[in-house]
Amino acid sequence: MSEMNTPVAAKVPSPEEVALIKKFLNDTTLFLGPDPEIMQNHDLMPRSEVEDECMRKVGDAHTIAKIRDRIQAGCDEGYEMVEQMGAAPGAKWGDVITGVYSASGDLAIASAGGVLIFSALVHHPIKFIIKNWVNDPTVGVKEGDGFIHNDSRYGNVHNTDQSMILPIFHEGKLVCWVASTVHEGENGAIEPGGMPSMAESPCDEGLKMCPFKVVENYQIKRDILTFLQNSVREPKLQYEDMKVKLFACLRIKQRIEETLNTDGPAALISTLRTTMENVRAEVKRRVSEWPDMTVRTYIIQDSTLRENCVVKINCQLTKTGDRLIFDFRGSSPEFTNRATNTIVAGLKGMLAQVFLCYVWPDLPRGQAAFAPIEVITDPHSIVNCSYDAPNSQSLMSIFTGFTAGQHAVAKFLYSCPEKYTKVHAPTFNMINTFIWGGVSQHGETLGNLCADLNGMGAGATVDRDGEHALAPIFATMADIGEQELNEEEVPFLQLVSKKMTRDAIAPGKYRGGQGYTMMVATKDSEQWGFMTVCQGAKFPPLQGLFGGYACGSYPLCKVKGVDVYDVLMNEPEKFKHSIEEIMNEQPFEGASYTTHHMGMGFEISKRGELFMISQGAGAGYGDLLERDPAGVIRDIEEGLMSPGVAERLYKVKFDPTTLAINHEATAAARDAERKARIARGVPYAEFIKTWNKPTPPSHLAYFGCWGDDVSKLYMGSPDKFRDANSPRPNYMPHPKDVRIAELESRLVALGAMGGEKQ
Amino acid sequence: MKVPMTEYLRLDLDAEQWECRVCDHVIGTASKSYKEGMLVHNRDPREIHPPIIDPEKYRFTFSPDPDWVRILEYYCPHCGTQVETEYAVPGHPPLHDMQPDLPALRAQWAKREELKDAVVGPAVTADKGHGH
Ligand SMILES: [Zn+2]
Repeated sequence: MSEMNTPVAAKVPSPEEVALIKKFLNDTTLFLGPDPEIMQNHDLMPRSEVEDECMRKVGDAHTIAKIRDRIQAGCDEGYEMVEQMGAAPGAKWGDVITGVYSASGDLAIASAGGVLIFSALVHHPIKFIIKNWVNDPTVGVKEGDGFIHNDSRYGNVHNTDQSMILPIFHEGKLVCWVASTVHEGENGAIEPGGMPSMAESPCDEGLKMCPFKVVENYQIKRDILTFLQNSVREPKLQYEDMKVKLFACLRIKQRIEETLNTDGPAALISTLRTTMENVRAEVKRRVSEWPDMTVRTYIIQDSTLRENCVVKINCQLTKTGDRLIFDFRGSSPEFTNRATNTIVAGLKGMLAQVFLCYVWPDLPRGQAAFAPIEVITDPHSIVNCSYDAPNSQSLMSIFTGFTAGQHAVAKFLYSCPEKYTKVHAPTFNMINTFIWGGVSQHGETLGNLCADLNGMGAGATVDRDGEHALAPIFATMADIGEQELNEEEVPFLQLVSKKMTRDAIAPGKYRGGQGYTMMVATKDSEQWGFMTVCQGAKFPPLQGLFGGYACGSYPLCKVKGVDVYDVLMNEPEKFKHSIEEIMNEQPFEGASYTTHHMGMGFEISKRGELFMISQGAGAGYGDLLERDPAGVIRDIEEGLMSPGVAERLYKVKFDPTTLAINHEATAAARDAERKARIARGVPYAEFIKTWNKPTPPSHLAYFGCWGDDVSKLYMGSPDKFRDANSPRPNYMPHPKDVRIAELESRLVALGAMGGEKQ
Repeated sequence: MKVPMTEYLRLDLDAEQWECRVCDHVIGTASKSYKEGMLVHNRDPREIHPPIIDPEKYRFTFSPDPDWVRILEYYCPHCGTQVETEYAVPGHPPLHDMQPDLPALRAQWAKREELKDAVVGPAVTADKGHGH
């Protein structure tokens, strides 16, 4: 209960009365909803008396390093177990993590592999358990218990991730917690696969597990398990992975007990606390080496996954002394009935990945690295949504928030003499993959996704091109998995995969790593479909760095009215292996060829219809006229870029047959282009006279602040807005209703409504 | 004291000026955005990100929509280097993207050696393995 709920009367209540009222309210709480006191805080809990005492007893750096390595190895072992045994596709490619948490719930040590953001956000549900269940006589926390959690309003990113959380006791005292988290996929939501974009309220998002007990005496309670299985599309997966997570936690518990037996609880507790405090202090020191400065950037989400619109993620990053402050005020208001909102904890967890994956990868992975960094947001905004707003597609906002952070941080790092990585242009940030579901060729009901989401093109760095389809921004060591293995279990094939999409480029002195084409078609099921959940079909979701360009945009292409399996059988020469050829040449007679934005709600497919997308490119770095001509030719040779585009953009002159570079002509063409820039460029003061507009353009549905004025948030048009501090509902009409209204108005204009009564 | 701040920009902390690192041109006062000393070009994004599928036939082509986004290209007025790009909503005022605190920077760099070039940072290399 917050202090604001204390009644205000003419007479100010005494402190005793306030305490009594608070106790009364706490004792009579009707519903233990998400707790802002827990959810808004990402810093470490204060050092407890027990921790203080343990740190005084055991402070030797060697002992602490030894124990930390042992616990780390235990976490890695648990991680391997989940990765090898987990049933979820996510488990197989590393969308998994394990970690050890302090008695107060802070993540102290996490596995070296896997998706760190998961475990960086499990401290919230643990703190909920500590606050509410430890002393509740109907629940309690005992040796042998295990808790399950997936509702992101109580912690973590989205409710497709499930955690198993175990308290660890020593001689009857709670010493720490262990947890294992997996991107499970299916969760019984309105669409299969666990990340519904059609969700218009939290009630459409499937299982909403606040932390509760599912394990007693190290056994999964069968009645609760059955209820959970009964609530999702993949009951076997639900059971299997709960067991896998439990056993991974038990293995880590075993490693912790070995340490407790050899070194005692004080050494363990001191190690966990010292590790976190040392990391936190080191982060403060590293930040203080950055230049004092304010950097501004914004990233645009071009859809809600239901309709195209312009949704701003506004970011101002200020460093002063040893403080680093992310200010996301001015970002879009939350959408009342769209799923792309995020809980602020999710944003913070993802921003932590900027540092742990890309800036300071040498730091121990845990919660402490982001603990001292500050984050400011507007209430009920897309990056700090209310608990009534759906957030099953929070990835859209945490990924674009990540990119804003990554872009801003690069501008601080360039001048730092002390570096732990190279300065890095933004990596691609959208999960361009297919989510799928239905009934498989084996009669199983399934709902999950292709691991290709992990193939994000990397941003270029200060001295190197970005790597292609490398790794997702949330897990630099994840894998793309083997599609062929997946195809044994699902009734569709990726007919084209891992082939780079030519000319989908992010140019620069060093170019961004590119993405590959995916073409899928259902084969062996009449009840199978796909969805895609990405933005960026109209407005690139990145910014370039230091004169480099961002990526382009990425649509969804469909070919219907064809069975490509018949084509492959009877006229295989008609099949083409690029989106470019299939869409431009339209080789299948009678088929329909259409393009769409990347927010495709779940759609049942017919055998042999093509759904085609491309992974995205990371951003480029530096002025493209400085690119080594040999690099340009290599890109042509590798099929990344067509010769015409290469010559036109990079001003490289070469022989069209041999690709031999004419260096003199290239230098002359580049000099001419620099002169042409000076000729066509307009002095800034003059430019902004015609460019700058006082409000967002009326032809765009624009959400968020305009320019520097972060107090006014636009809500879809220049004359609809809210005060940043005063939340208002922000409903979107159903896209089909919008379309029907458009078509009806055309009918009315034609006088063709046929006298229909209104 | 001069500090390289980006691939193409340098701050002269004493004169409080932005400079071009390619041609040494003085861009303008460091109390304002370096962009104010630049030439700007409003680039149609289709020129950089070419349509891969036929724009005559299709609504979405792999090119950004020029009515939704423009690329602002900032050029050094002296040497024509493209110092920065900004993917902008049409009409959105350009951002003051780097606003340094000059007294704090002077104090910080008073304790450091001047650097002609920025530190590149470590490359990712294969570990030699665990040894005792
Ligand atoms: Zn210059």
